[in-house]
Parts: sequence; structure tokens; C-alpha cells
Amino acid sequence: MEKQKIDMKQKLRVNNLSFFYGGYQALKSISLEIPEKRVTAFIGPSGCGKSTLLRTFNRMYSLYPDQRAEGEIVMDGENLLDPKQDVSLIRAKIGMVFQKPTPFPMSIYDNIAFGVRLFEKLSLAEMDDRVEWALTRAALWGEVKEKLHQSGNSLSGGQQQRLCIARGIAIKPEVLLLDEPCSALDPISTAKIEELIAELKNDYTVVIVTHNMQQAARVSDFTAYMYLGEMIEFDATDTIFVKPRNKATEDYITGRFG
Amino acid sequence: MSVINPHNKLYLARKRVNRIMLSVSGLALAFGIFWLVWILLTLLYQGGYALTRFSFFTEMTPPPGSDGGMANAIAGSLLMVGFGTLIGTPIGILAGTYLAEYGRRSWLASATRFLNDVLLSAPSIVIGLFVYSLYVSHVKHFSGWAGSFALALLVIPVVVRTTDDMLGLVPGSLREAAAALGCPTWKMVVFITYRAARSGILTGVLLAVARISGETAPLLFTVLNNQFWSVDMNAPLANLPVVIFQFAMSPYEDWHRLAWGGAALITFAVLFLNIIARVLFRKNV
Repeated sequence: MEKQKIDMKQKLRVNNLSFFYGGYQALKSISLEIPEKRVTAFIGPSGCGKSTLLRTFNRMYSLYPDQRAEGEIVMDGENLLDPKQDVSLIRAKIGMVFQKPTPFPMSIYDNIAFGVRLFEKLSLAEMDDRVEWALTRAALWGEVKEKLHQSGNSLSGGQQQRLCIARGIAIKPEVLLLDEPCSALDPISTAKIEELIAELKNDYTVVIVTHNMQQAARVSDFTAYMYLGEMIEFDATDTIFVKPRNKATEDYITGRFG
Repeated sequence: MSVINPHNKLYLARKRVNRIMLSVSGLALAFGIFWLVWILLTLLYQGGYALTRFSFFTEMTPPPGSDGGMANAIAGSLLMVGFGTLIGTPIGILAGTYLAEYGRRSWLASATRFLNDVLLSAPSIVIGLFVYSLYVSHVKHFSGWAGSFALALLVIPVVVRTTDDMLGLVPGSLREAAAALGCPTWKMVVFITYRAARSGILTGVLLAVARISGETAPLLFTVLNNQFWSVDMNAPLANLPVVIFQFAMSPYEDWHRLAWGGAALITFAVLFLNIIARVLFRKNV
């Protein structure tokens, strides 16, 4: 495992990142490296800053004037936090799926096509292909191919979430951020999405925030344990779950705390 | 015996309060509906006859004692309500969009919201006087345009308020989801939040149409009236509210009948407009 880690390319390098909600500091000089085409999980108790950290990667916080980040997040040699960066381009390259499914108020087909049309001008046939491709990758095609022109809201919660994942991968990002994607879903839907994540890492760098430690253990290659805005431990998932170096991590993993 | 039993005093008291509140709410509902139904029935009873006559829609407002209709007033009202809505709606929607999507909690947005609420509750006669002193007194004649401007000024605050409120109800997660795809704000507003809020925004526009359809005071100072057929927006126009006002105040029986007919026409036109729009937009994606 150690050797593999050394060979691996890093996709995102977080350097001394601090984050503030107004006057409240939610992240305290975090540094870590997210490996390419692997699944990295952030775990930790509620309020530890794992979602906040995830939301800095695609500059989601820029929507809110009272939130700000200090430090660096480097992807392909460029600092994403640099105010000169084009936020829309960053977000197109770094897709995100949220805790609650957020289908747009339009048809299933248009839910996928909407994002694609932002950056590509495709013919109708090409768009049909892209929609089918994205829905197939999200393991949803079979369930919706007969009703592509029905509202996205007509789907069940689990299907809606897979629709959102399909929407995210349809624009072919390089990184996919998943913010507790299964917390509103039933076990069967959760299992489907976990399979999907395992599938996705062949092509994408996946970062997932989860409350569910078993889920982190099942789907991720690397795990970061966070507490009170600090990165306590970051290592291969096997190491974190079998013999964590830090006592605090061990207590959390074994359920003595958290 | 466990405290959770059918004879628990707290539980019985709560059930009693529930029954009382339910009856009071039901009575309040019946009270409101009662007047509404009475108004509608009176309008139908008194104005129904006028509306069944073809001449009501084809002939001009008559001098007392002779036969006539409301054709000129209907045309004038349609023109002014139409232009008032056309002018006021885009301004209202854009301003409401600024408040909900861009200004949000900033001081400029809060100040605008406050001023808009003041405008919303301003007496309509003040709006009429305002347009009179700003426009009519300079061009030195009453006109359809002046009336439309006055009505537009009444449309704007209603549409601003409902647009702001309805966009405010669109969950922030939908905005984040659009932004997460790399979608610029204006596209997010046009394709996502407008869509999510469109039946609410439409309701606001209809409310505004309903409000201006019956407004009399702002028209008295701006278009006045015209007993002949005219669709010239630069001249005084006949219009239902002012004609109703004039005819209802008169001592003539035949004018009263026409006034009732006009009142019934406005009320039922607004009612049907609402019903049609609701049916059309019920199939909301």
C-alpha cells in the first residue's frame, strides 16, 4: 500500500487551508493531497468541517459573501482559490453531488442536457448519446429510458440522487465531490450508489464526505479523519481502520467517541 | 392505570380545545365565503341581464334614457390593463429578481423592499395624482397612456413583492446544484429558479391584473372618460371602472343596469382569467 501511494499521482494538493464563516474559523490550516482516480473519504463527527472542506474544492463558498478561505488548493499547477480563477470553469471540472437530491424542475433528459449545453454545442443525436451514456454510468438508464421526458421530480429519492450523479458526470469533470450522497437514501439505493462510486474511480477522482464509517471503509481508498476543523489523520483507508496512528482516530473509529 | 388512557384530563382538554379551534376556523371560513358568494350572486342577479344582451358588447355608452352598451369602455379597459401589465410586469419581475437573487440581505435590497412595501400600500388615488402632475399636466390632456402608466405603477410593487417572495421559496440547494455544474448566475436564474417559481410569479402577475382591473381613482386623473368609440392611446379613453362609477352615481335606471353589467363583467373576467391560468400551469414540471 505504501509503495502504491508513492507511485500515485496527486490530483488536488491542499496547502495550509483555513476557512471562515464570518468570524468563525471552521478549518484550521489543513494540508493534504488527494490522489488521482482514487476515492478519498472525509469522516468525522458533525461540525468537524468535512463538508466545509469539500465545498472549498469547487469554490462553492464563493456564492456567499461572508465566507472566505485562506491558503491554497492546487490542481494542475493552478491555485483554485486565486480570485483570478474562473469559478464556473473550476466547477465544471470539479463536479458535486449534494446530500439531498436536487433535480432541476425539468425533464429527466433536460436535467442531464442542461449542464452539457453550458459548455458544449452538440447535435441532437450526440446529445441523446451523451444523456444515455451518463444515465448508463449512473446505473439509471434501464429505469428511466422509457420516461426521459417526465419530470425529474417524479423519480424516487434514490433515483433522483443517481440522476444528480449522472448530471454531474455528463459534463465530464475530472473530480467528483460527493457530500453525504447516501444520507437521505434507503439501503438498496445506498448499495447502488456505492457500487457506482467503485465504478467511477476508474475515470474520476472521487472525494466523498460521509457520516457512515462502514461506508468510508467500503468505498474509499484513502480516509481523512477530521475533528474541530483540524485534519487529525490522513492515510490509506486500510491503515486508518486497522491500525490508526492517532489515538483520537482510533477512538472515533471504534465508536468510543463521536 | 397508565397515564396514557382515554380519560386522561390533559388529553381530553386538548381534544376540547382542538374542537373549539376547528369550529372557530370553520366559522371564519364560512364568514368569508358567505360575503364572497353574496357579492358574486348579487353581481349575477343585477348585472346578468345586461351581460346577456349582445348590444352590451357592441354599442357605445349611451346618454340617459336611450339604449346602449359598454363596447368603448371594454376596449379602453382592455387596452389600459393590457399596457399597464405589459409595462409593469417586466420591471416588477426584474426588480424582484434583483432582490431575491442578487441583492438578498444587502442594505440596498432591504431599503428597496421597504420602499416597495410603501408603494404597495400607497392609496391608488395618490398614484393617479402623481401621474397627473408628472405627465397629464404637461401634455395638457388626459390620455390612455397616462392611465396605463398609472396602472403600471400599481402593478410593479405587487409583482416585485411576489417575485421576491416566490424566488425566496426556491431552495438554496437548487441554486448550489446549478452553480456546481459551472452555470453562471443569470442562466441559473432564467432556467432553474424562474422555472421552479413560475406558477407563483404568474399568480403575482394575475393578482396585479385583478387589482388594476377594478381601479377607478388613478384613472379619474389620467384618462378620464370618453363616450365615443376610441382606441387612441393619446386621447381620453372610456374604461369600465370610471363608467361604472359615473353610471352608478347617476339617477337613471338604465345606466344602473349597465353599471351592474360592467361590474359583473370585470369580476367574472378576473375570476376566469385566474381559473384558466391555474389550469394551464397546474401541470408544473
